[in-house]
Amino acid sequence: MAGSEPYPRGNPRWLLAELTYACPLQCPYCSNPIDYAKHSNELSTDDWLRVFTEARAMGAVQLGLSGGEPLIRKDLPELIRHARGLGYYINLITSGYGLSEEKIVALKEAGLDHIQISIQAPEASLNNYLAGTESFEEKKSVARLIKKHGYPMVLCVVIHRENIHLMQEILEMAEELGADYLELANTQYYGWAHINRDQLLPSKEQFEQAEAIAQAYKEKVKGRMKIYYVVPDLYEDRPKACMNGWGTTFLTVAPDGMALPCHEARILPGLNCPNVKDMSIREIWEESDAFNRFRNFEWMQEPCKTCPEKTKDFGGCRCQAFLMTGDMNATDPVCSLSPKRSVVKDAIEHAAISAKEPNQKPLVFRNSKNSKLLDS
Amino acid sequence: MAIAPDTRLAFSPLHRLQWEESQNKYVILYPEGMVELNLPAAETLKLCDGTLTLKEIVLALETQFETSGLWDDIEELVHSALEHGWIRTLS
Repeated sequence: MAGSEPYPRGNPRWLLAELTYACPLQCPYCSNPIDYAKHSNELSTDDWLRVFTEARAMGAVQLGLSGGEPLIRKDLPELIRHARGLGYYINLITSGYGLSEEKIVALKEAGLDHIQISIQAPEASLNNYLAGTESFEEKKSVARLIKKHGYPMVLCVVIHRENIHLMQEILEMAEELGADYLELANTQYYGWAHINRDQLLPSKEQFEQAEAIAQAYKEKVKGRMKIYYVVPDLYEDRPKACMNGWGTTFLTVAPDGMALPCHEARILPGLNCPNVKDMSIREIWEESDAFNRFRNFEWMQEPCKTCPEKTKDFGGCRCQAFLMTGDMNATDPVCSLSPKRSVVKDAIEHAAISAKEPNQKPLVFRNSKNSKLLDS
Repeated sequence: MAIAPDTRLAFSPLHRLQWEESQNKYVILYPEGMVELNLPAAETLKLCDGTLTLKEIVLALETQFETSGLWDDIEELVHSALEHGWIRTLS
């Protein structure tokens, strides 16, 4: 019977290691927590090596090295060498800023499998404005070097109201740079994107137009470049099956060692996430309250509780429910069955009003100064 | 489109074929993704090492599994692996 399946059980397959919150860029849609500046106490090299070993022993196979900017960690080659020895497939998720050819070669030699770089826009002035750094030309040259040295290259472009009208140019840039994969990531409204939502959220018409352009391009580059399209879930009728189900697949370890079922979960009140300095990965995964909190259907409210689709979407995203309704146990308000659906409609309307204002509220850039200011 | 029997096949440098003990199966790894393979697919792809032709791969598998008449199945599998970009043809 639909809806009567048990909650899926599994060991971690994906380990996202956020090595540092430090970053030379200041993207206003960054998914790092607003208060990141106060979590600056980073794990040591030995801590990370142990985390990699323990997660691999449980079956984790995909390793994302992210941040902030992971290139800032001086021990990156050592971490990669160890992880490759364990059999991980290692993804470096970077801005590309500061990635020299020498480093590209050294990381390959250490065992790095793939590099994903982000570009903010297909032209210099907008890219540099959004990144808060003069980085456009360097990013493009890094993209070419990644291909020159035989890595698969994923180009990630986060899509929002400042760049969505440039979809055709983004696609052409990715093709010209020789990307094997283009990730068109419609902004997910967490972290810094959440506070900048009025300035970033495009209209439904803009989304549909951009998506049609991307779909048509998919055909043109078939067999050469794969296009991944991260859907803008505020315009969907049903929520995403966030993290493939809480505590089923994904494990994030933040720079300070906090272990999270998803990289946003730090914001959830009373979740009491464990730290890898205090517990082994197995204890964290199997026994901690945080990882077990939503690993069933018991916590659900109506309409989720009796909904046959709960085994498919698990009630959607807990962080989105918390950010938009104030209740982390609520149905993700993206769902058209949610009694709080109006908050999504309001968010869309607010953004539309903001877009028409001649003097728009300025974007809040992600940097330590703003982090400390907003946290106080 | 049929694949010529003397086509040499090589595994893609952008993917990795690996045995996963915890899943008890072979997998293909690529940027942020993984495909789990069944036994015939894994055994076929392991032979795509850049030295063997399609004909030699079929023969090797027929010997390994002590059977015959595998051509059609293997060709279909190879065709699909080429479409996914897991392997490539060498001229």
